[in-house]
Amino acid sequence: MAGPKNTVAWHRNPLIRGIFAQLVLVLLVVWGISTIYANTVANMEARGIQIGFGFLNEVAPFGIAFSPFIDFNLGESTYLTVFFIGIQNTIIVSVFGIIAATILGVTVGIMRLSANWFVSKIATIYIEVFRNIPVLLQIMFWNFAVFLPLLPGPRESLGGGGFFLNNRGTYLPKPVVENATANTAFWLAIALGIIAIYVLHKFSARRQEQTGQILRGKLIGFGLLAALVALATIIFGAPFAFEAPVLGRFNMTGGIEIPLPLFALWFALTTYTAAFIAEQVRGGIEAVTKGQWEAAGALGLSRSHLLKLVIIPQAMRVIVPPTISQYLNLTKNSSLATAIAYEDIVALWTGTSLNQTGQALIIVAMTVVVYELLSLMTSIALNIYNKRVQLVER
Amino acid sequence: MKTGKLIVAAVALLGLSATTASAATTLEAVKAKGHIQCGVTTGLAGFSAPDDKGVYSGIDADVCYAVAAAVFGDKNKVKFTPLTAKERFTALASGEIDILSRNTTHTLTRDASLGLNFTYYNYIDGQGFMVKKSLGVKGVKELDGAKICIQAGTTTELNLADYFRTNGMKFQPVVYDTSIQTREGFDKGACDVLTSDKSQLAALRTELKDPKSAVILPETISKEPLGPVVRQGDDQWFNIVKWVLFAVINADEMNVSSKNVDDLKAKTTNPNIKRLLGTEGDMGKKLGLSADWAYNAIKQVGNYDEMYQRNVAPLGLSRDGSVNALWSKGGVLYAPPIR
Repeated sequence: MAGPKNTVAWHRNPLIRGIFAQLVLVLLVVWGISTIYANTVANMEARGIQIGFGFLNEVAPFGIAFSPFIDFNLGESTYLTVFFIGIQNTIIVSVFGIIAATILGVTVGIMRLSANWFVSKIATIYIEVFRNIPVLLQIMFWNFAVFLPLLPGPRESLGGGGFFLNNRGTYLPKPVVENATANTAFWLAIALGIIAIYVLHKFSARRQEQTGQILRGKLIGFGLLAALVALATIIFGAPFAFEAPVLGRFNMTGGIEIPLPLFALWFALTTYTAAFIAEQVRGGIEAVTKGQWEAAGALGLSRSHLLKLVIIPQAMRVIVPPTISQYLNLTKNSSLATAIAYEDIVALWTGTSLNQTGQALIIVAMTVVVYELLSLMTSIALNIYNKRVQLVER
Repeated sequence: MKTGKLIVAAVALLGLSATTASAATTLEAVKAKGHIQCGVTTGLAGFSAPDDKGVYSGIDADVCYAVAAAVFGDKNKVKFTPLTAKERFTALASGEIDILSRNTTHTLTRDASLGLNFTYYNYIDGQGFMVKKSLGVKGVKELDGAKICIQAGTTTELNLADYFRTNGMKFQPVVYDTSIQTREGFDKGACDVLTSDKSQLAALRTELKDPKSAVILPETISKEPLGPVVRQGDDQWFNIVKWVLFAVINADEMNVSSKNVDDLKAKTTNPNIKRLLGTEGDMGKKLGLSADWAYNAIKQVGNYDEMYQRNVAPLGLSRDGSVNALWSKGGVLYAPPIR
C-alpha cells in the first residue's frame, strides 16, 4: 500500500492545517471565557461586591415547606442543602410529569387516529387548545382559576378515612414501620415475587419460541407474588401501620402531603406536553407505510396485536427523537413553578437564596449547570433507548 | 476576509480585557444624559405606582423627583425603571439606574457586601401579619402550624423564620414571585396568613376581593427602615441623594413647605432657613449643585410631611404618633443640620 512519497510542504498539509485551525479556535474560546471571567471578578471587586462559594456553608435563614426526601431543619441546614432540595423538587415534578405526559400523549395520539369521528375530533380539539396557549398562562390558570377556588378549605376537606383533598393539597396516610420482622418479610416476599415473574416470563417466552405453546408465565408470576405477600402478612403480621392525617388548628397535619402547587404544576405541564407528544405519536404511526398494515391484516392479526407487534415498533423510530426534546422542554418549563409557589430550584435557589446572599453570578451559574446536567442525562438515557428501537441495518 | 474577521474579533476581546473606563462621576453622567434613572417597584400604592398615563407617584418616587429638582431645577427630569425585589440590586450595581428608591430595607449584608450605600430613611416600616377574619386569630402567637404567603427576595422571609423559630412555632412558607401573586394566593385560600411590611399590608388589603374579610394583626415583628440606595464608590452622588432627603426633612421641621417657600425665601431672617434655601452660605456648591438646590426640591415636590400626607396617609397610615413623625414630635426621623 506504499503510495508516492508525500511531496507537499508541511504547511500545506490539510491534516496539519486542520489541527492548527482547531487549536487556534480552542485557544481563542478559552482565552475569551477566561477574560470575561477575570474581567467580571475584577469589576465586581472594584464595586465592592463580594463573591465566593463561602455562603454555601452558611445556615439558610428561611423556611422551606416541601422536601419529601431531604431533611430541612430551620436554623441548622445550610444553603448547600437548599440547593439540593431545589434539585430534588425539580426532579420530582419533571419525572412525574414525563410519565403522565407520555401516557396521556400516547392515548390522545392513538385517539386522533381512531375511526370513530367523535373520538378523533375530541383528540384534535384537545391538541389544538393545549398546545396553542402559553404554558405559564396554563399553569396560572389551573392554579389560581381552577384548583384554588374549586377545592374547599382545610376545614371542609373532601374525603375521609385518612385520604383528604382540599385547596392546600392532597393528604394520604403515611406508612410507618412498627414491626421490623414483618416489614423485612414483606419486602423479601416482594423481591422473591419479582424474581419469580422474571424467571417464569423468560421460561414461557422460550417455550413459545420453541413449541408455539403459550404459557402465561407472567400471569402465574404475579399470582405467586400476591400469594407470597399474603403468606408473609399472615405469618408475621402487618408490615406497616398507617399514620392518618388529622385536621390541626389551620391545616392537616401528619400523613403524606402533596401540596397543591406541585399538583397544579404537574397537571399543567402534563396536559401541555401531552398535546405535543400526541402529535408525534400520530405522525409516527402515520409514517408506517400502508403496506405494513395490510400485510399484518392479511396475516389475520387482531387490531391490538397488529399495533403492538407490527406498527408501534416501526413507529417508535419516528416518535422517540422528537419526544426526547419534549421531555427536556417539560423539565425546563418546570422552572415556571415560582409563579404558583412550588419550591423548585429556580424558586429556592435563584429566587430566595440569590436574594438573601446577593451571590448572583455563582448562583445563576450553578443553576445553569443543574439544568444542563438534567437535560444531558435525560437525552443520554433516551438516546440509548433510541438506539435499541432503531432499525438495525445489515 | 476570514483573517479580517478574526482580527476584529481579537481586537474586540482585547477591548474586553482592558479595564472598563468609567472615570465620569454619576453626577457628570446624569447631567450629560439629561435625566436621572430611578429604580422603583412594579407598582405599590403609596410608594411608587404609575397612574393611567404612566406617571409615577408615591413617596419613593418623590425622592427621585426631589433629587431631579435639586440637580436640574426640574423635577420631571426623571425616568423610572420598574424592578422586582430580585432585580433591584443588580440593576443598581450594574449602572442601569442611578438611584434605587424601592421600599428597600437597610441591612448589614446589603450595605457591606453588595456594593451599595444606604442614604437615609424615607419610611420606617415593620413586618406584620394579615389573617382571614374567619379564623378568629387575635395575635401572632396563635399562628403555630399556619401556611404563610410571602413574596420572594425580601427581608420578611428571614424575619418570619427567625420569629417562628424563636417562639418555638412551626409554619409552612408559600413563596410567590411577585406581590400580586402573593395577594392572589392569599385571597384564593392558598394560605392562612399573608406577611409583609405593614404599609404594604394596608395597601394589599384594599386590593382584596373583600377587604373586610381580612384583619391586620397588631404585632410588629421586625425593623424595616426603608430608604433610597446608591452605588458604592461615588461619595459625591451619595452625599447629594442623602442631603436632598435631609433637606426635605429639615424643611418639614422648620415648617418650610411648597406653599410658603417663595415667601420665606424673600422675607425670612432665620439663618437656618436662609442656608436651606441658598440665600446665605454656599451649601449647594459644597454638594456640587446650584445654590437653590433645596429650594427647587421643596418648591416642586414639597417637604417630607407633604410627601407623606399626599402618598402614604391615604392608605390609612396616620403619621401622628408613628415612628415616622419627626424626632421633636415623638417619632424617629432626625435630619442633621444644614450648615
